[in-house]
Amino acid sequence: MKKRHLQLPTMNTVVFDFLVLLAVLFFIPIALVFINSFKSRLFISSEPFSIPKGEMFVGLSNYIAGLTTAGFFQAFLRSAFITVFSVVLILVCTSMTSWFIVRVKNRFTKGLYYLFAFSMIVPFQMVMYTMTYVVNRLNFDNVLGINFVYLGFGAGLSVFMFTGFIKSIPLDLEEAAEIDGCNPLQTFFLIIFPVLKPTAITVAILNAMWIWNDYLLPYLVLGTDSKTVPVAIQIAMQGAYGATDYGGFMAMLVLAIIPIITFYLCAQKYIISGVISGAVKG
Amino acid sequence: MKKSARYFPIFVLPTLLAFTLFFIVPFLMGIGLSFTKFTTVTNAKWGGFENYIKAFTFDKEFLHALGFTSLFTIVSMITVNVFAFSLALLLVRKMHGTTFFRSVFFLPNLIGGIVLGYIWNLLINGVLSYFGVDITFKTQYGFWGLVVLTNWQLIGYMMVIYIAGLQNVPDELLEAAQIDGASPLTVLFKVKLPIVMPSVTICMFLTLANTFKMFDQNLALTAGAPENTTEMLALNIYNTFYGRVGWQGVGQAKAVIFFLIVALIAFLQLKLTSRKEIEQ
Repeated sequence: MKKRHLQLPTMNTVVFDFLVLLAVLFFIPIALVFINSFKSRLFISSEPFSIPKGEMFVGLSNYIAGLTTAGFFQAFLRSAFITVFSVVLILVCTSMTSWFIVRVKNRFTKGLYYLFAFSMIVPFQMVMYTMTYVVNRLNFDNVLGINFVYLGFGAGLSVFMFTGFIKSIPLDLEEAAEIDGCNPLQTFFLIIFPVLKPTAITVAILNAMWIWNDYLLPYLVLGTDSKTVPVAIQIAMQGAYGATDYGGFMAMLVLAIIPIITFYLCAQKYIISGVISGAVKG
Repeated sequence: MKKSARYFPIFVLPTLLAFTLFFIVPFLMGIGLSFTKFTTVTNAKWGGFENYIKAFTFDKEFLHALGFTSLFTIVSMITVNVFAFSLALLLVRKMHGTTFFRSVFFLPNLIGGIVLGYIWNLLINGVLSYFGVDITFKTQYGFWGLVVLTNWQLIGYMMVIYIAGLQNVPDELLEAAQIDGASPLTVLFKVKLPIVMPSVTICMFLTLANTFKMFDQNLALTAGAPENTTEMLALNIYNTFYGRVGWQGVGQAKAVIFFLIVALIAFLQLKLTSRKEIEQ
Protein backbone atom coordinates (compact mmCIF):
# COMPACT_ATOMS: atom_id res chain seq x y z
CA MET A 1 0.00 0.00 0.00
CA LYS A 2 2.87 2.33 0.80
CA LYS A 3 4.21 1.96 -2.70
CA ARG A 4 0.89 2.89 -4.23
CA HIS A 5 0.70 6.09 -2.24
CA LEU A 6 4.07 7.15 -3.54
CA GLN A 7 3.26 6.20 -7.09
CA LEU A 8 -0.07 7.94 -7.56
CA PRO A 9 0.98 11.61 -7.36
CA THR A 10 3.84 11.21 -9.85
CA MET A 11 1.59 9.33 -12.24
CA ASN A 12 -0.98 12.09 -11.95
CA THR A 13 1.65 14.76 -12.69
CA VAL A 14 2.63 13.01 -15.91
CA VAL A 15 -1.01 12.68 -16.94
CA PHE A 16 -1.65 16.30 -15.98
CA ASP A 17 1.26 17.61 -18.04
CA PHE A 18 0.18 15.50 -20.98
CA LEU A 19 -3.37 16.87 -20.74
CA VAL A 20 -2.09 20.45 -20.58
CA LEU A 21 -0.13 19.85 -23.77
CA LEU A 22 -3.17 18.31 -25.42
CA ALA A 23 -5.42 21.19 -24.31
CA VAL A 24 -2.97 23.66 -25.86
CA LEU A 25 -2.96 21.64 -29.09
CA PHE A 26 -6.76 21.58 -29.06
CA PHE A 27 -6.88 25.33 -28.72
CA ILE A 28 -4.37 26.13 -31.48
CA PRO A 29 -6.86 26.20 -34.38
CA ILE A 30 -9.08 28.75 -32.61
CA ALA A 31 -6.10 30.80 -31.41
CA LEU A 32 -4.72 30.85 -34.96
CA VAL A 33 -7.89 32.40 -36.38
CA PHE A 34 -7.92 34.90 -33.52
CA ILE A 35 -4.30 35.93 -34.16
CA ASN A 36 -4.84 36.27 -37.88
CA SER A 37 -7.89 38.45 -37.38
CA PHE A 38 -5.50 41.24 -36.29
CA LYS A 39 -3.17 40.76 -39.22
CA SER A 40 -3.13 42.67 -42.48
CA ARG A 41 -4.77 40.57 -45.21
CA LEU A 42 -1.57 40.70 -47.26
CA PHE A 43 0.21 38.50 -44.70
CA ILE A 44 -2.48 35.98 -43.77
CA SER A 45 -1.86 33.41 -46.48
CA SER A 46 1.89 33.96 -46.66
CA GLU A 47 2.64 34.03 -42.91
CA PRO A 48 -0.29 32.44 -41.06
CA PHE A 49 1.76 31.40 -38.02
CA SER A 50 3.56 34.65 -37.21
CA ILE A 51 2.40 37.02 -34.49
CA PRO A 52 1.00 40.24 -35.97
CA LYS A 53 3.37 43.08 -35.14
CA GLY A 54 4.83 46.11 -36.92
CA GLU A 55 3.39 46.52 -40.37
CA MET A 56 1.44 43.27 -40.06
CA PHE A 57 -0.70 44.50 -37.18
CA VAL A 58 -3.84 46.30 -38.30
CA GLY A 59 -5.76 46.64 -35.04
CA LEU A 60 -9.51 46.34 -35.41
CA SER A 61 -9.71 47.33 -39.07
CA ASN A 62 -10.45 43.72 -40.12
CA TYR A 63 -13.39 43.69 -37.74
CA ILE A 64 -14.73 46.91 -39.17
CA ALA A 65 -14.32 45.58 -42.71
CA GLY A 66 -15.90 42.25 -41.82
CA LEU A 67 -18.87 43.82 -40.10
CA THR A 68 -19.65 46.45 -42.71
CA THR A 69 -18.82 45.23 -46.21
CA ALA A 70 -20.35 41.78 -46.30
CA GLY A 71 -23.55 42.65 -44.45
CA PHE A 72 -22.28 40.50 -41.64
CA PHE A 73 -23.85 42.55 -38.88
CA GLN A 74 -27.32 42.13 -40.38
CA ALA A 75 -26.60 38.42 -40.83
CA PHE A 76 -25.74 38.24 -37.16
CA LEU A 77 -29.03 39.82 -36.07
CA ARG A 78 -30.94 37.64 -38.53
CA SER A 79 -29.33 34.45 -37.21
CA ALA A 80 -30.10 35.47 -33.64
CA PHE A 81 -33.72 36.24 -34.50
CA ILE A 82 -34.27 32.96 -36.38
CA THR A 83 -32.60 30.89 -33.67
CA VAL A 84 -34.65 32.41 -30.83
CA PHE A 85 -37.96 32.43 -32.72
CA SER A 86 -37.56 28.86 -34.01
CA VAL A 87 -36.50 27.46 -30.65
CA VAL A 88 -39.45 29.07 -28.82
CA LEU A 89 -41.84 27.86 -31.53
CA ILE A 90 -40.41 24.33 -31.38
CA LEU A 91 -40.54 24.25 -27.56
CA VAL A 92 -44.16 25.38 -27.28
CA CYS A 93 -45.58 23.42 -30.22
CA THR A 94 -43.77 20.11 -29.81
CA SER A 95 -44.22 19.91 -26.04
CA MET A 96 -47.99 20.32 -26.50
CA THR A 97 -48.03 17.77 -29.30
CA SER A 98 -46.00 15.32 -27.21
CA TRP A 99 -48.33 15.62 -24.25
CA PHE A 100 -51.31 14.97 -26.53
CA ILE A 101 -49.61 11.94 -28.07
CA VAL A 102 -48.87 10.42 -24.65
CA ARG A 103 -52.18 11.21 -22.95
CA VAL A 104 -54.62 10.60 -25.80
CA LYS A 105 -53.81 7.07 -26.82
CA ASN A 106 -55.29 5.89 -30.09
CA ARG A 107 -54.15 4.52 -33.40
CA PHE A 108 -53.73 8.00 -34.85
CA THR A 109 -51.42 9.37 -32.15
CA LYS A 110 -49.39 6.16 -32.18
CA GLY A 111 -48.90 6.44 -35.93
CA LEU A 112 -47.98 10.08 -35.53
CA TYR A 113 -45.34 9.19 -32.96
CA TYR A 114 -43.72 6.69 -35.32
CA LEU A 115 -43.78 9.22 -38.17
CA PHE A 116 -41.95 11.78 -36.02
CA ALA A 117 -39.39 9.17 -34.94
CA PHE A 118 -38.95 8.09 -38.57
CA SER A 119 -38.21 11.67 -39.68
CA MET A 120 -35.10 11.69 -37.48
CA ILE A 121 -33.27 9.21 -39.70
CA VAL A 122 -34.05 10.90 -43.03
CA PRO A 123 -30.99 12.82 -44.28
CA PHE A 124 -31.60 16.41 -45.35
CA GLN A 125 -30.44 15.72 -48.93
CA MET A 126 -33.46 13.44 -49.38
CA VAL A 127 -35.94 16.29 -49.01
CA MET A 128 -33.92 19.43 -49.75
CA TYR A 129 -34.95 19.96 -53.37
CA THR A 130 -38.66 19.28 -52.96
CA MET A 131 -38.79 21.10 -49.61
CA THR A 132 -37.32 24.21 -51.23
CA TYR A 133 -39.99 23.96 -53.92
CA VAL A 134 -42.84 23.69 -51.40
CA VAL A 135 -41.43 26.54 -49.31
CA ASN A 136 -41.19 28.82 -52.34
CA ARG A 137 -44.69 27.95 -53.54
CA LEU A 138 -46.17 28.73 -50.12
CA ASN A 139 -44.13 31.95 -49.80
CA PHE A 140 -42.44 30.77 -46.61
CA ASP A 141 -39.06 31.72 -48.09
CA ASN A 142 -38.48 34.60 -45.68
CA VAL A 143 -37.13 35.30 -42.20
CA LEU A 144 -40.54 34.62 -40.62
CA GLY A 145 -41.50 31.58 -42.67
CA ILE A 146 -38.24 29.74 -42.11
CA ASN A 147 -39.13 29.31 -38.43
CA PHE A 148 -42.05 27.09 -39.41
CA VAL A 149 -39.77 25.10 -41.68
CA TYR A 150 -37.52 24.54 -38.66
CA LEU A 151 -40.58 23.50 -36.64
CA GLY A 152 -41.31 20.85 -39.25
CA PHE A 153 -37.73 19.56 -39.31
CA GLY A 154 -37.05 19.90 -35.58
CA ALA A 155 -40.30 18.18 -34.60
CA GLY A 156 -38.88 14.64 -34.85
CA LEU A 157 -36.15 14.86 -32.23
CA SER A 158 -38.09 17.24 -29.98
CA VAL A 159 -41.28 15.14 -29.88
CA PHE A 160 -39.15 12.05 -29.29
CA MET A 161 -37.43 13.63 -26.29
CA PHE A 162 -40.57 15.19 -24.79
CA THR A 163 -42.70 12.04 -25.06
CA GLY A 164 -39.95 10.02 -23.38
CA PHE A 165 -40.13 12.32 -20.39
CA ILE A 166 -43.91 12.84 -20.25
CA LYS A 167 -44.45 9.07 -20.05
CA SER A 168 -42.70 9.16 -16.67
CA ILE A 169 -44.92 11.91 -15.19
CA PRO A 170 -47.62 10.43 -12.90
CA LEU A 171 -51.24 11.10 -13.91
CA ASP A 172 -52.31 12.19 -10.37
CA LEU A 173 -51.20 15.77 -10.87
CA GLU A 174 -53.24 16.23 -14.02
CA GLU A 175 -56.28 14.45 -12.60
CA ALA A 176 -56.23 16.71 -9.56
CA ALA A 177 -56.05 19.77 -11.81
CA GLU A 178 -58.92 18.47 -13.89
CA ILE A 179 -61.11 17.93 -10.83
CA ASP A 180 -60.31 21.49 -9.80
CA GLY A 181 -61.81 22.59 -13.09
CA CYS A 182 -58.79 23.19 -15.28
CA ASN A 183 -59.27 22.68 -19.01
CA PRO A 184 -56.50 20.78 -20.84
CA LEU A 185 -54.79 24.02 -21.90
CA GLN A 186 -54.63 25.28 -18.33
CA THR A 187 -53.53 21.87 -17.08
CA PHE A 188 -50.76 21.78 -19.63
CA PHE A 189 -49.33 25.24 -19.10
CA LEU A 190 -49.86 25.51 -15.33
CA ILE A 191 -49.08 21.96 -14.25
CA ILE A 192 -47.19 20.03 -16.93
CA PHE A 193 -45.00 22.62 -18.62
CA PRO A 194 -43.11 23.59 -15.41
CA VAL A 195 -42.37 19.89 -14.78
CA LEU A 196 -40.95 19.58 -18.31
CA LYS A 197 -38.24 22.16 -17.63
CA PRO A 198 -35.15 19.86 -17.66
CA THR A 199 -36.20 18.26 -20.95
CA ALA A 200 -37.18 21.67 -22.34
CA ILE A 201 -33.65 22.96 -21.62
CA THR A 202 -32.15 19.97 -23.42
CA VAL A 203 -34.46 20.36 -26.41
CA ALA A 204 -33.76 24.12 -26.55
CA ILE A 205 -29.97 23.64 -26.48
CA LEU A 206 -29.94 20.90 -29.12
CA ASN A 207 -32.17 22.90 -31.46
CA ALA A 208 -30.37 26.21 -30.85
CA MET A 209 -26.98 24.66 -31.69
CA TRP A 210 -28.37 23.10 -34.84
CA ILE A 211 -30.23 26.19 -36.09
CA TRP A 212 -27.47 28.71 -35.27
CA ASN A 213 -24.89 26.61 -37.13
CA ASP A 214 -27.12 25.41 -39.98
CA TYR A 215 -25.91 26.35 -43.44
CA LEU A 216 -27.72 24.50 -46.22
CA LEU A 217 -31.34 24.99 -45.16
CA PRO A 218 -31.18 28.80 -44.79
CA TYR A 219 -29.05 29.01 -47.95
CA LEU A 220 -31.72 27.18 -49.96
CA VAL A 221 -34.74 28.79 -48.30
CA LEU A 222 -33.57 32.39 -47.85
CA GLY A 223 -30.95 32.59 -50.57
CA THR A 224 -28.09 35.07 -50.54
CA ASP A 225 -30.27 38.15 -50.03
CA SER A 226 -31.07 37.41 -46.41
CA LYS A 227 -27.93 35.67 -45.24
CA THR A 228 -27.52 33.97 -41.88
CA VAL A 229 -24.04 33.84 -40.29
CA PRO A 230 -22.91 30.50 -41.84
CA VAL A 231 -24.28 31.55 -45.24
CA ALA A 232 -22.51 34.93 -45.03
CA ILE A 233 -19.22 33.18 -44.21
CA GLN A 234 -19.57 30.71 -47.08
CA ILE A 235 -20.52 33.49 -49.53
CA ALA A 236 -17.63 35.73 -48.41
CA MET A 237 -15.18 32.93 -49.15
CA GLN A 238 -16.46 31.61 -52.46
CA GLY A 239 -17.73 35.01 -53.64
CA ALA A 240 -14.93 36.50 -55.69
CA TYR A 241 -11.93 34.46 -56.77
CA GLY A 242 -8.69 35.90 -55.50
CA ALA A 243 -10.45 39.00 -54.28
CA THR A 244 -11.50 37.56 -50.93
CA ASP A 245 -10.60 39.90 -48.09
CA TYR A 246 -8.89 37.37 -45.82
CA GLY A 247 -8.56 39.90 -43.01
CA GLY A 248 -12.27 40.61 -42.90
CA PHE A 249 -12.91 36.89 -43.28
CA MET A 250 -10.82 36.01 -40.20
CA ALA A 251 -12.70 38.64 -38.21
CA MET A 252 -15.98 37.08 -39.37
CA LEU A 253 -14.84 33.65 -38.17
CA VAL A 254 -13.94 35.08 -34.76
CA LEU A 255 -17.27 36.91 -34.53
CA ALA A 256 -19.07 33.68 -35.38
CA ILE A 257 -17.22 31.76 -32.65
CA ILE A 258 -17.52 34.36 -29.84
CA PRO A 259 -21.27 33.93 -29.17
CA ILE A 260 -20.82 30.16 -29.07
CA ILE A 261 -17.99 30.36 -26.55
CA THR A 262 -19.94 32.89 -24.44
CA PHE A 263 -23.00 30.70 -24.48
CA TYR A 264 -20.84 27.71 -23.57
CA LEU A 265 -19.19 29.49 -20.64
CA CYS A 266 -22.58 30.54 -19.28
CA ALA A 267 -24.48 27.28 -19.66
CA GLN A 268 -21.75 24.66 -19.85
CA LYS A 269 -23.34 22.23 -17.39
CA TYR A 270 -26.65 22.24 -19.25
CA ILE A 271 -25.02 22.02 -22.65
CA ILE A 272 -22.92 18.95 -21.87
CA SER A 273 -25.70 17.08 -20.06
CA GLY A 274 -28.15 18.13 -22.79
CA VAL A 275 -25.91 16.83 -25.54
CA ILE A 276 -25.37 13.56 -23.66
CA SER A 277 -29.07 12.90 -23.13
CA GLY A 278 -29.79 13.93 -26.72
CA ALA A 279 -27.19 11.45 -27.94
CA VAL A 280 -28.31 8.60 -25.72
CA LYS A 281 -31.98 8.96 -26.60
CA GLY A 282 -31.65 9.97 -30.23
CA MET B 1 -58.93 12.06 -20.82
CA LYS B 2 -61.74 12.06 -23.39
CA LYS B 3 -62.00 15.82 -23.02
CA SER B 4 -58.40 16.35 -24.12
CA ALA B 5 -59.09 14.77 -27.51
CA ARG B 6 -61.22 17.76 -28.47
CA TYR B 7 -58.20 20.00 -28.04
CA PHE B 8 -56.46 18.36 -31.00
CA PRO B 9 -56.49 21.55 -33.15
CA ILE B 10 -54.60 23.52 -30.50
CA PHE B 11 -52.18 20.87 -29.28
CA VAL B 12 -51.26 18.99 -32.44
CA LEU B 13 -52.30 20.88 -35.53
CA PRO B 14 -49.52 23.55 -35.67
CA THR B 15 -46.74 20.96 -35.36
CA LEU B 16 -48.51 18.51 -37.64
CA LEU B 17 -49.09 21.16 -40.31
CA ALA B 18 -45.44 22.27 -40.39
CA PHE B 19 -44.28 18.65 -40.27
CA THR B 20 -46.60 17.62 -43.12
CA LEU B 21 -45.86 20.59 -45.38
CA PHE B 22 -42.10 20.72 -44.95
CA PHE B 23 -41.26 17.10 -44.31
CA ILE B 24 -43.91 14.51 -45.26
CA VAL B 25 -44.94 16.13 -48.55
CA PRO B 26 -41.34 16.83 -49.72
CA PHE B 27 -40.35 13.29 -48.72
CA LEU B 28 -43.13 11.67 -50.77
CA MET B 29 -42.54 14.05 -53.67
CA GLY B 30 -38.85 13.17 -53.51
CA ILE B 31 -39.53 9.46 -53.83
CA GLY B 32 -41.91 10.09 -56.73
CA LEU B 33 -39.56 12.45 -58.56
CA SER B 34 -36.67 10.01 -58.33
CA PHE B 35 -38.49 7.97 -60.99
CA THR B 36 -38.92 10.92 -63.34
CA LYS B 37 -36.94 13.29 -65.52
CA PHE B 38 -37.38 16.92 -64.54
CA THR B 39 -35.77 20.35 -64.42
CA THR B 40 -38.48 21.97 -62.31
CA VAL B 41 -40.91 20.00 -60.17
CA THR B 42 -43.81 20.75 -62.52
CA ASN B 43 -42.37 19.32 -65.75
CA ALA B 44 -41.61 15.81 -64.50
CA LYS B 45 -41.89 12.95 -67.02
CA TRP B 46 -42.01 9.29 -65.98
CA GLY B 47 -38.71 7.51 -66.49
CA GLY B 48 -38.84 4.35 -64.41
CA PHE B 49 -35.54 3.29 -62.93
CA GLU B 50 -33.54 5.28 -65.48
CA ASN B 51 -32.20 7.73 -62.85
CA TYR B 52 -31.03 4.93 -60.59
CA ILE B 53 -29.23 3.21 -63.45
CA LYS B 54 -27.68 6.53 -64.51
CA ALA B 55 -26.46 7.23 -60.96
CA PHE B 56 -24.40 4.04 -60.99
CA THR B 57 -23.31 3.78 -64.61
CA PHE B 58 -22.90 7.18 -66.29
CA ASP B 59 -21.74 8.89 -63.16
CA LYS B 60 -18.42 7.51 -61.93
CA GLU B 61 -18.16 10.29 -59.37
CA PHE B 62 -21.10 8.91 -57.38
CA LEU B 63 -19.44 5.54 -56.83
CA HIS B 64 -16.19 7.31 -56.03
CA ALA B 65 -17.99 9.50 -53.49
CA LEU B 66 -19.57 6.39 -51.96
CA GLY B 67 -16.16 4.76 -51.61
CA PHE B 68 -14.49 7.93 -50.33
CA THR B 69 -17.26 8.50 -47.79
CA SER B 70 -17.18 4.89 -46.57
CA LEU B 71 -13.40 4.89 -46.12
CA PHE B 72 -13.50 8.26 -44.41
CA THR B 73 -16.29 7.05 -42.11
CA ILE B 74 -14.41 3.88 -41.10
CA VAL B 75 -11.13 5.71 -40.42
CA SER B 76 -12.91 8.42 -38.44
CA MET B 77 -14.95 5.92 -36.41
CA ILE B 78 -11.80 4.13 -35.31
CA THR B 79 -9.61 7.16 -34.61
CA VAL B 80 -12.28 9.28 -32.91
CA ASN B 81 -13.39 6.50 -30.59
CA VAL B 82 -9.91 5.29 -29.66
CA PHE B 83 -8.79 8.83 -28.80
CA ALA B 84 -12.05 9.72 -27.04
CA PHE B 85 -11.99 6.56 -24.94
CA SER B 86 -8.34 7.05 -24.00
CA LEU B 87 -9.02 10.64 -22.97
CA ALA B 88 -12.04 9.53 -20.94
CA LEU B 89 -9.86 6.98 -19.11
CA LEU B 90 -7.41 9.76 -18.19
CA LEU B 91 -10.16 12.15 -17.12
CA VAL B 92 -12.06 9.84 -14.76
CA ARG B 93 -8.99 9.90 -12.48
CA LYS B 94 -9.31 11.81 -9.25
CA MET B 95 -7.18 14.77 -10.24
CA HIS B 96 -7.22 18.56 -10.33
CA GLY B 97 -8.43 20.27 -13.46
CA THR B 98 -10.48 17.44 -14.97
CA THR B 99 -13.51 19.69 -15.39
CA PHE B 100 -11.40 22.30 -17.17
CA PHE B 101 -9.89 19.74 -19.57
CA ARG B 102 -13.30 18.27 -20.26
CA SER B 103 -14.59 21.75 -21.20
CA VAL B 104 -11.69 22.48 -23.53
CA PHE B 105 -11.93 19.16 -25.37
CA PHE B 106 -15.70 19.48 -25.75
CA LEU B 107 -15.71 23.05 -27.11
CA PRO B 108 -15.03 22.32 -30.83
CA ASN B 109 -18.22 20.27 -30.99
CA LEU B 110 -20.28 23.44 -30.61
CA ILE B 111 -18.75 25.22 -33.60
CA GLY B 112 -20.69 24.87 -36.83
CA GLY B 113 -19.41 22.86 -39.79
CA ILE B 114 -18.79 25.81 -42.12
CA VAL B 115 -16.72 27.72 -39.54
CA LEU B 116 -14.87 24.51 -38.57
CA GLY B 117 -14.01 23.86 -42.20
CA TYR B 118 -12.51 27.31 -42.71
CA ILE B 119 -10.56 27.22 -39.43
CA TRP B 120 -8.86 24.03 -40.57
CA ASN B 121 -8.49 25.30 -44.09
CA LEU B 122 -6.36 28.14 -42.71
CA LEU B 123 -4.33 25.85 -40.45
CA ILE B 124 -3.70 23.06 -42.97
CA ASN B 125 -2.93 25.41 -45.85
CA GLY B 126 -0.61 27.33 -43.53
CA VAL B 127 1.40 24.17 -42.80
CA LEU B 128 1.33 22.94 -46.39
CA SER B 129 2.50 26.32 -47.70
CA TYR B 130 5.95 25.53 -46.29
CA PHE B 131 6.08 22.73 -48.84
CA GLY B 132 4.74 24.93 -51.61
CA VAL B 133 1.37 23.16 -51.92
CA ASP B 134 -2.14 23.46 -50.51
CA ILE B 135 -4.95 21.11 -49.51
CA THR B 136 -6.35 20.93 -53.04
CA PHE B 137 -3.06 19.52 -54.34
CA LYS B 138 -3.75 15.85 -53.64
CA THR B 139 -6.79 13.74 -52.75
CA GLN B 140 -4.94 12.31 -49.74
CA TYR B 141 -4.40 15.79 -48.28
CA GLY B 142 -8.13 16.45 -48.37
CA PHE B 143 -8.90 13.02 -46.95
CA TRP B 144 -6.57 13.30 -43.97
CA GLY B 145 -7.54 16.94 -43.50
CA LEU B 146 -11.15 15.83 -43.10
CA VAL B 147 -10.10 13.06 -40.71
CA VAL B 148 -8.14 15.48 -38.51
CA LEU B 149 -10.98 18.01 -38.54
CA THR B 150 -13.52 15.33 -37.61
CA ASN B 151 -11.33 14.11 -34.78
CA TRP B 152 -11.00 17.62 -33.44
CA GLN B 153 -14.75 18.09 -33.62
CA LEU B 154 -16.00 14.77 -32.27
CA ILE B 155 -13.39 13.55 -29.74
CA GLY B 156 -14.71 15.79 -26.95
CA TYR B 157 -18.31 14.85 -27.71
CA MET B 158 -17.63 11.11 -27.55
CA MET B 159 -15.35 11.63 -24.56
CA VAL B 160 -18.15 13.01 -22.36
CA ILE B 161 -20.33 10.01 -23.21
CA TYR B 162 -17.50 7.60 -22.36
CA ILE B 163 -16.85 9.46 -19.10
CA ALA B 164 -20.52 9.07 -18.17
CA GLY B 165 -20.21 5.35 -18.95
CA LEU B 166 -16.95 4.88 -17.04
CA GLN B 167 -18.43 6.54 -13.96
CA ASN B 168 -20.86 3.63 -13.85
CA VAL B 169 -18.04 1.17 -13.22
CA PRO B 170 -18.38 0.29 -9.51
CA ASP B 171 -15.29 1.00 -7.38
CA GLU B 172 -15.69 -2.32 -5.53
CA LEU B 173 -15.27 -4.16 -8.80
CA LEU B 174 -12.00 -2.35 -9.57
CA GLU B 175 -10.70 -2.97 -6.06
CA ALA B 176 -11.62 -6.64 -6.26
CA ALA B 177 -9.77 -6.95 -9.55
CA GLN B 178 -6.73 -5.25 -8.05
CA ILE B 179 -6.72 -7.59 -5.04
CA ASP B 180 -6.91 -10.54 -7.41
CA GLY B 181 -3.76 -9.20 -9.05
CA ALA B 182 -5.22 -8.18 -12.40
CA SER B 183 -2.92 -6.02 -14.53
CA PRO B 184 -4.20 -2.59 -15.66
CA LEU B 185 -4.70 -3.95 -19.18
CA THR B 186 -6.74 -6.89 -17.90
CA VAL B 187 -8.85 -4.50 -15.84
CA LEU B 188 -9.40 -2.35 -18.92
CA PHE B 189 -10.45 -5.14 -21.25
CA LYS B 190 -12.16 -7.52 -18.82
CA VAL B 191 -13.80 -5.11 -16.38
CA LYS B 192 -14.17 -1.59 -17.75
CA LEU B 193 -14.83 -2.27 -21.43
CA PRO B 194 -17.66 -4.79 -20.93
CA ILE B 195 -19.44 -2.35 -18.59
CA VAL B 196 -19.14 0.63 -20.94
CA MET B 197 -20.13 -1.45 -23.99
CA PRO B 198 -23.49 0.39 -24.37
CA SER B 199 -21.56 3.70 -24.55
CA VAL B 200 -19.26 2.21 -27.18
CA THR B 201 -22.24 1.24 -29.31
CA ILE B 202 -23.79 4.70 -28.94
CA CYS B 203 -20.53 6.48 -29.79
CA MET B 204 -19.81 4.24 -32.76
CA PHE B 205 -23.19 4.98 -34.31
CA LEU B 206 -23.00 8.69 -33.45
CA THR B 207 -19.64 8.97 -35.18
CA LEU B 208 -20.99 6.94 -38.08
CA ALA B 209 -24.01 9.21 -38.52
CA ASN B 210 -21.97 12.39 -38.12
CA THR B 211 -19.32 11.42 -40.64
CA PHE B 212 -21.37 9.56 -43.24
CA LYS B 213 -23.80 12.48 -43.64
CA MET B 214 -21.11 15.19 -43.44
CA PHE B 215 -21.70 18.17 -45.74
CA ASP B 216 -20.70 21.58 -44.31
CA GLN B 217 -17.15 20.62 -43.31
CA ASN B 218 -16.59 18.98 -46.69
CA LEU B 219 -17.83 22.07 -48.53
CA ALA B 220 -15.71 24.50 -46.49
CA LEU B 221 -12.50 22.49 -46.30
CA THR B 222 -12.02 21.23 -49.85
CA ALA B 223 -15.36 21.67 -51.72
CA GLY B 224 -14.40 18.41 -53.47
CA ALA B 225 -11.08 19.65 -54.86
CA PRO B 226 -9.01 18.39 -56.60
CA GLU B 227 -11.44 17.48 -59.40
CA ASN B 228 -14.24 16.32 -57.09
CA THR B 229 -12.09 13.49 -55.70
CA THR B 230 -12.67 14.59 -52.10
CA GLU B 231 -16.39 14.97 -52.67
CA MET B 232 -18.47 13.06 -50.14
CA LEU B 233 -21.96 11.65 -50.79
CA ALA B 234 -23.97 14.60 -49.47
CA LEU B 235 -21.91 17.09 -51.48
CA ASN B 236 -22.09 14.90 -54.58
CA ILE B 237 -25.89 14.83 -54.32
CA TYR B 238 -26.00 18.60 -53.82
CA ASN B 239 -23.79 19.21 -56.86
CA THR B 240 -25.89 16.85 -58.98
CA PHE B 241 -29.03 18.82 -58.10
CA TYR B 242 -27.70 22.34 -58.42
CA GLY B 243 -24.62 22.02 -60.61
CA ARG B 244 -25.85 19.98 -63.57
CA VAL B 245 -28.88 21.04 -65.59
CA GLY B 246 -31.20 18.14 -66.46
CA TRP B 247 -29.69 15.89 -63.77
CA GLN B 248 -32.16 16.77 -61.01
CA GLY B 249 -33.86 13.38 -61.39
CA VAL B 250 -30.54 11.59 -60.96
CA GLY B 251 -29.80 13.79 -57.94
CA GLN B 252 -33.10 12.76 -56.38
CA ALA B 253 -32.42 9.09 -57.13
CA LYS B 254 -29.02 9.42 -55.45
CA ALA B 255 -30.72 11.06 -52.48
CA VAL B 256 -33.10 8.09 -52.16
CA ILE B 257 -30.14 5.67 -52.25
CA PHE B 258 -28.41 7.82 -49.61
CA PHE B 259 -31.56 7.70 -47.48
CA LEU B 260 -31.82 3.91 -47.83
CA ILE B 261 -28.21 3.44 -46.66
CA VAL B 262 -28.74 5.74 -43.67
CA ALA B 263 -32.02 3.99 -42.82
CA LEU B 264 -30.29 0.61 -42.98
CA ILE B 265 -27.62 1.83 -40.57
CA ALA B 266 -30.29 3.19 -38.20
CA PHE B 267 -32.16 -0.13 -38.35
CA LEU B 268 -28.95 -1.99 -37.53
CA GLN B 269 -28.36 0.33 -34.59
CA LEU B 270 -31.88 -0.28 -33.27
CA LYS B 271 -31.36 -4.07 -33.51
CA LEU B 272 -27.97 -3.93 -31.83
CA THR B 273 -28.92 -1.61 -28.97
CA SER B 274 -32.18 -3.37 -28.13
CA ARG B 275 -30.37 -6.73 -28.05
CA LYS B 276 -27.77 -5.29 -25.66
CA GLU B 277 -30.50 -4.06 -23.33
CA ILE B 278 -32.03 -7.53 -23.10
CA GLU B 279 -28.67 -9.08 -22.30
CA GLN B 280 -28.17 -6.88 -19.27
